[in-house]
Amino acid sequence: MAVELQQYKSEVKPDWCPGCGDFAVLSALTKTLQVLALPPWQVLVVSGIGCSSNLPGFLSTYGFHGIHGRALPVATGAKLANPELTVIAAGGDGDGYGIGVGHFLHTMRRNLDITYIVMNNEIYGLTTGQASPTSEKEHKTKSTPEGVIENPINPLALAVASGATFVARGFSGDTKTLADVLVRGIKHKGFSLIDVMSPCVTYNKVNTYDWFKQRVYVAEKEGHNPKDLQAAMAKAMEWPNMDQKRDRVPTGVIYETDAYPTYEDQEPALKRFGPPVKQKLGIDDPEAVLKEFY
Amino acid sequence: MAFQMNEILFRVGGAAGDGVASTAETFARLCVRGGLYVHTYSSYQSVIRGGHGWTQVRASEAPVLSQGEDPNLVICLNQETANIHAPVVQVGGALLYDGSLVKVDGLTLRKDVRKVPLPMNETARGLGEPMLKNVVALGAALALLEIPFAPLENGIKETFGHKKPEIVEMNLKAAHVGFDTLQGNGGPLGLGVQFSKYPGRMMITGNEAICLAALAAGCKFYAAYPMTPASSILHWLAANGPRHGVVVKQAEDELAVINMAIGAGHAGARAMCATSGGGFSLMVEALGEAGMTETPVVCVLVQRAGPSTGVPTKTEQGDLNLALGAGQGDWPRAILAPRNTIDCFDATVKAFNLAEVYQTPVILMSDLYLGEGFRTAEEEQFNMAVPIHRGLLVDGNGDGKDYLRYKFTEDGVSPRAFPGMKGYQFTAGTDEHMEKGILISDVLPGIPEWIEERRKMMDKRMRKLEGLRHDLSPPELWGATGADLTIVSWGSTAMTVREAIIRLAAKGYKVNALEFFDIYPFKAEETQEILDRVEKTLCVEGNFMGQFAHLLRAETGYKVDHMLTKYDGEPFEAREIVARATEVMEHGG
Repeated sequence: MAVELQQYKSEVKPDWCPGCGDFAVLSALTKTLQVLALPPWQVLVVSGIGCSSNLPGFLSTYGFHGIHGRALPVATGAKLANPELTVIAAGGDGDGYGIGVGHFLHTMRRNLDITYIVMNNEIYGLTTGQASPTSEKEHKTKSTPEGVIENPINPLALAVASGATFVARGFSGDTKTLADVLVRGIKHKGFSLIDVMSPCVTYNKVNTYDWFKQRVYVAEKEGHNPKDLQAAMAKAMEWPNMDQKRDRVPTGVIYETDAYPTYEDQEPALKRFGPPVKQKLGIDDPEAVLKEFY
Repeated sequence: MAFQMNEILFRVGGAAGDGVASTAETFARLCVRGGLYVHTYSSYQSVIRGGHGWTQVRASEAPVLSQGEDPNLVICLNQETANIHAPVVQVGGALLYDGSLVKVDGLTLRKDVRKVPLPMNETARGLGEPMLKNVVALGAALALLEIPFAPLENGIKETFGHKKPEIVEMNLKAAHVGFDTLQGNGGPLGLGVQFSKYPGRMMITGNEAICLAALAAGCKFYAAYPMTPASSILHWLAANGPRHGVVVKQAEDELAVINMAIGAGHAGARAMCATSGGGFSLMVEALGEAGMTETPVVCVLVQRAGPSTGVPTKTEQGDLNLALGAGQGDWPRAILAPRNTIDCFDATVKAFNLAEVYQTPVILMSDLYLGEGFRTAEEEQFNMAVPIHRGLLVDGNGDGKDYLRYKFTEDGVSPRAFPGMKGYQFTAGTDEHMEKGILISDVLPGIPEWIEERRKMMDKRMRKLEGLRHDLSPPELWGATGADLTIVSWGSTAMTVREAIIRLAAKGYKVNALEFFDIYPFKAEETQEILDRVEKTLCVEGNFMGQFAHLLRAETGYKVDHMLTKYDGEPFEAREIVARATEVMEHGG
């Protein structure tokens, strides 16, 4: 069913800073939903807190703009209650890799059919520029005036190691690759992580559009086979890493497999009765249930 | 002490791993089968092997209100049990133990307490199964208590019948050894308890009653993280839920648990989660999220002794302030605190209905004492055909034009739509929002029009409290009117208070009870009317601060005259309440 692009947009104008990388993500996501012909009412976009977590409000799909770091569990509950929905979680690096990193790992190992889009700007933007879990070593921020002394999280490597079945990186400055990974990620049956390098033009003066433009390349174009787990892990570890090698940033699909079933496909109640939201409430055989108490 | 006649107080103690709980449960089931009412209380420790745990089964011809006090007989599965429990065995009672393992010579016993050695381990070894030692002791207990052997035999056959018949045979042999030993060793204790035909009563814990109600009420999503004493809800629903379409999810932590339940509730499934105080503390922020997004969720808080990790295997009523104050800012909530198993069932059904009708979290507060102990229940009390009220929903066949998810309404309740319904798309926001759901928190605060809008949206949400308050039940006055003393309690303490009042009445004291079970929003007017008519009050609650007494004062201005608090981890005993009430009435405080 064809839906006009306009029908995916809400009446709310994004309040991101001019030039924010998140505009490109919103635009690519809107187009992706249209390309995939997903009716807006069949889509639920769940987010946490942060600049990028405002995204659901700019779409005319269903949305849930929750609390900081908890987008994935909310998305999980909604998906299990109604597996017929297309469930997308969205947010920033602080939300997903900082306060919510526990849920990040556990949601991936479940391989629910959810797409998780992380707008990664390597900084806390909404709180005016503190170090984030992906801020690179030596990065000077408001909270690290002498430079970050921790290693950054490598979300792609974590994802490959944790059971995500689709792992990709996009860049707001490369809308073609971004659109490609979004389409493939949402179509993928299983958990998809799409980490998008989405520059913060206000607070991150290091990892700018230019910084990325000098370093990004599309891995598959250089012969990377995303179906090869070992190659995928190696590709994920190219950047960021503890050696602080920063010359090249791989983008596009890093890992992809359809060898594993989704959580929903194995869930005992869903297998027997289908979506909980469509089930009749109450029980038919009270005697059978009460029997064990006699 | 006429009241204590015609009842059995059976206690079994040993190390964790000795089969204490299963032995007690088997005994309790036998009693239920024999027409008695039972009440069990397990005292255990946070160890998997070793330590000291014991379970008391109180069985009576009449309904039992509390766990009871000193036992008539104690099965000592180890020396420590004998050391700890022998001195409290009632006059004329008995100690059962394996003479080769437990020495009773130096123990101080009350008058006429019999020491009954049994060849427990020897018999079990002879049969090739060490755990049969407990069955030897059970057989002996039957003889002491004049319980016919047939129910045990049937019970064993029921339990093991599907396995190999040799196992049934072995169990029966073990039980016979104990039974026969006692018959030639002084005979029964003469407690005078009459057994009758099995009247078809259930035996159930508070946690299980919550599970049953959840199934009946159409709960389709349950999430939890293991935590004593709420874990048995997870275990029961994991075993039984999927057969009834319930998705049961053990999550990575309680943050995930409550957020998953909220996600499921947002999508349109009836969702529940359960935990104890520590897990509930982690859920606090998300409860506010549900309040703000107007998402229904039922959160069961089975209290244990705090603070912090506290005494994990012990009971307390110390989380009332936590539940009342959970979450930043003001948001509407309901708090229900069942008194007994039937209340657990009814309150759970009510919680699901209130959560959906008012589109907000409902907190159900139980505790270890009520959650884990077995009680008999009449079958008609658990009528599984329960009322289901899903609240105000949009007409899913409409076009959704001009849909306002958070429409200002008189009662604060706006029509709800579920993702998947065509045309009703909205974004639920934890930020303050307009009727349509659009945020006013980012670029609009401070602008006059939106200052007003924020106030109106707060008012709208908080108006739900009036509806909730209307739908809750006022406290119940139990016992005779015109009492000289009214004992105030909330939640599970009520039943022990009732027993104390019966005992006080037998001594000629006129005491009644004011029982609170629908806690919040507080029924202030109705409570005030009752308080206007009572004489002196004594508030009995299981925490240090007197949290409920504070709430009562905050809501009504009424200051209770006397307090009895308990925070040692043990449940109240009726005799403690009798003593405090007597003190109040005889000496004024």
